[in-house]
Amino acid sequence: MPTEFVAPTKTKAAPGRHGGPGGSAGRSNGDGAWPSRAPASSVPANSAALGMAFALVAIAMLFVAFTTTYLGHRQDVGWKQIPLPWILWLDTGILVASSAAVEWGRRRLRSGDTMGFRRALTTGGGLGVAFLAGQLLAWQQLVRQGVYLSSHPHSSFFYLLTGAHGVHLLGGLVAFAVILPRAWRGTYTPPGSVAVNVTSTYWHFLTGLWLYVFIILFWL
Amino acid sequence: MATATAPATPHEAHAAHPPESFIRHYIFSLDHKMIGKQYYFVTLFMALVGGGLAMLVRAHLAAPEKGILDPGTYLAAATMHGTVMIFFFLTTILTGFFGNFLIPLMIGAGDMAFPFLNMLSFWTFLPSVLILLASFFVPGGPAGNGWTSYAPLSALPQASPGSGLGQTLWLVAIFILMTSSLFGGLNFLTTIINMRARGLSMGRLPLTIWGIFITAILALLSFPVLMSALVMLLLDRTAGTSFFVPAGVLIGGKVVPHAGGEALLWQHLFWFFGHPEVYILILGPMGIVSDVISTFSRKPIFGYTAMVLSMAAIGFLSFLVWGHHMFVSGMNPILGATFTISTMIIAIPSAIKTFNWLTTLWQARIQFSTALLYAVAFVSLFVTGGLSGIFLAASPVDLYFHDTYFVVAHFHFVMASAALFSIFAGTYYWFPKLFGRMMNETLGKIHFVLTFIGIYATFFPMHFLGTHGMSRRLYTPSTYPFLASVQPLDVFISASAFMLGAAQLIFVYNFFASALRGPKAEPNPWHANTLEWTADSPPPHGNWPEPPVVYRWPYDYSVPGAAEDYIPQTVPAAPALAGHAGRAGDGHRGGGS
Repeated sequence: MPTEFVAPTKTKAAPGRHGGPGGSAGRSNGDGAWPSRAPASSVPANSAALGMAFALVAIAMLFVAFTTTYLGHRQDVGWKQIPLPWILWLDTGILVASSAAVEWGRRRLRSGDTMGFRRALTTGGGLGVAFLAGQLLAWQQLVRQGVYLSSHPHSSFFYLLTGAHGVHLLGGLVAFAVILPRAWRGTYTPPGSVAVNVTSTYWHFLTGLWLYVFIILFWL
Repeated sequence: MATATAPATPHEAHAAHPPESFIRHYIFSLDHKMIGKQYYFVTLFMALVGGGLAMLVRAHLAAPEKGILDPGTYLAAATMHGTVMIFFFLTTILTGFFGNFLIPLMIGAGDMAFPFLNMLSFWTFLPSVLILLASFFVPGGPAGNGWTSYAPLSALPQASPGSGLGQTLWLVAIFILMTSSLFGGLNFLTTIINMRARGLSMGRLPLTIWGIFITAILALLSFPVLMSALVMLLLDRTAGTSFFVPAGVLIGGKVVPHAGGEALLWQHLFWFFGHPEVYILILGPMGIVSDVISTFSRKPIFGYTAMVLSMAAIGFLSFLVWGHHMFVSGMNPILGATFTISTMIIAIPSAIKTFNWLTTLWQARIQFSTALLYAVAFVSLFVTGGLSGIFLAASPVDLYFHDTYFVVAHFHFVMASAALFSIFAGTYYWFPKLFGRMMNETLGKIHFVLTFIGIYATFFPMHFLGTHGMSRRLYTPSTYPFLASVQPLDVFISASAFMLGAAQLIFVYNFFASALRGPKAEPNPWHANTLEWTADSPPPHGNWPEPPVVYRWPYDYSVPGAAEDYIPQTVPAAPALAGHAGRAGDGHRGGGS
């Protein structure tokens, strides 16, 4: 009702023939919104971070849907498990190291060490490529053992989840392809840049996502 | 380190607004208003496609024994009618047009947070439209498994003609459309959170923006779930996986080479998306209707906070009710009871909204514009459809009504027609901002009367078909003796549907004729309060020369003591009004006089 944001006077409660007066007083005084709130007319720097956060929510929901379907299938009788390709351990280590390198680089930039930042960012991107190559090797290992996409539900989910993760990782590598040349050209200066921060957020998310996928595929 | 100049962000580059080439202005536009218009034109075209398909379906059902359509074409027409209307018309126009066009204008921003992403959203939407339309021309025709595409029928290309290449293209088209909608959704959320004008707190947002905001959250959480299901179904169809195909499915006496899938999981994933989806189609309209009703009642919206909270409640509950689409799937009766209860609870926020609309209209000096008529009719349709929803929510009753015309009647009222009416209300209301011209009100009222009568005459009798047991996708009602008595009703429905369809041509004519030759609109023809009416009609690129500053909520209509019966959000409280409206920003509440 219009009275709830309104100064609690009796007159407000009686909407007459000419329309209720409700709301005006309370709204005009605002909920303390003006003028304390920062102006939003120019684009605040955190728009990119916010947009990325929403994108991560959507990607997370995609994998929640994949994995709940997977957990549903696991209840089946006659469930078969694919052999764990040993290279996945190495891949896991590579991706965690990549994430650590990116984060270290971001902090180097913040503390003013531009060269350290460039090297760390390049290392992180390189390890990302190595991870993706490692995933392809894992697929190759399985194919050599005769485990294909359509072999049985577990193999289907393995290829599906690693593939979907890989596609998103590829998107991260595209981001690296954009920011790395800029980093070496000196576009990013201390204390940091939105592009670098958003890319590293995405990258850490993908590392976490990989751990989730790895655990749920083989250890749950 | 070389030159350390940060690159100009798109927004900074955008703010200068240099003269634009034709392509930059009309085709690859970054301006949210042009993108909104692009969405409007494409979705309007898709609405005509979807409406034409409905006419085909009705033509067949008026005289099923004549076989105007063959069974495959009939099922494909019904499937594509639903697909086009839900995905490519309602979802897309409500977010793509209303979201893009209105968000910056109503929150006082120059443009969206990510104009490039906005353009990308339209230019990923368009291929999805083309792929869907292309599926009409492939061997076997378009998808024919219903807009829900239940597996395993949709997972096996050999299962039916409607499950051929058309179904694959359907999956691809919807997947691309979902991607496009997600681009839009995260843009909307970021823009609403970050780009509001000075003084425009969330508690002062117009309800239209609240509706779009909650819609975008629902999209962000539910569209990826459908996308996951689409990917798995596509793999089942093309790569031989068995996510949704159980072992031992026989087609033409032959066992298909699939094993280990669960067909029911498709339904779970689809409806986990599907129920939030139907609220995506109704929450935005609820916001639009609230603003239209308040403006033309010349009264503040009744219960602003209750309106926002009930929208949020409906949005939240939408994730807990998907099972009510699956009561006949053999679910545990206790689970069925749970879904019945969670579904029934939605009646509470829905009723709060309905009563608030009625109370806003109560004792108001209503201005009966075409927009208001559509908004009030929205409330009528929403109530009619909502009441039949209570029947369907009760699992024992639904066991009987499931997949009958009762369901068709229900969702055509509560979701399809209601959303359509809000789109009409919104179009008549915001048309001056779209083209700087007014729509013809006389034609608008004729269109309204015919559409309102047409909707009720078409869909209300479907309740009786449903209670009579007529299945919703039935091709041959004439072969069942128990349906012979309701065949005249089918004829009546078809005649009404043709009248309804023909009446829409009035709207199309009015839309284009008014856009080209309508009388010029002043900036604020309806004397409304929200920010878009402080911009020019139509607003220039960048919307305002100076960003507006907001001093009040959007519903200051008929404030006693004010010179006019409306006070735009940008008006600071003048000393003369201080007794009623208080002084903005000085921290103390202006009490009564």
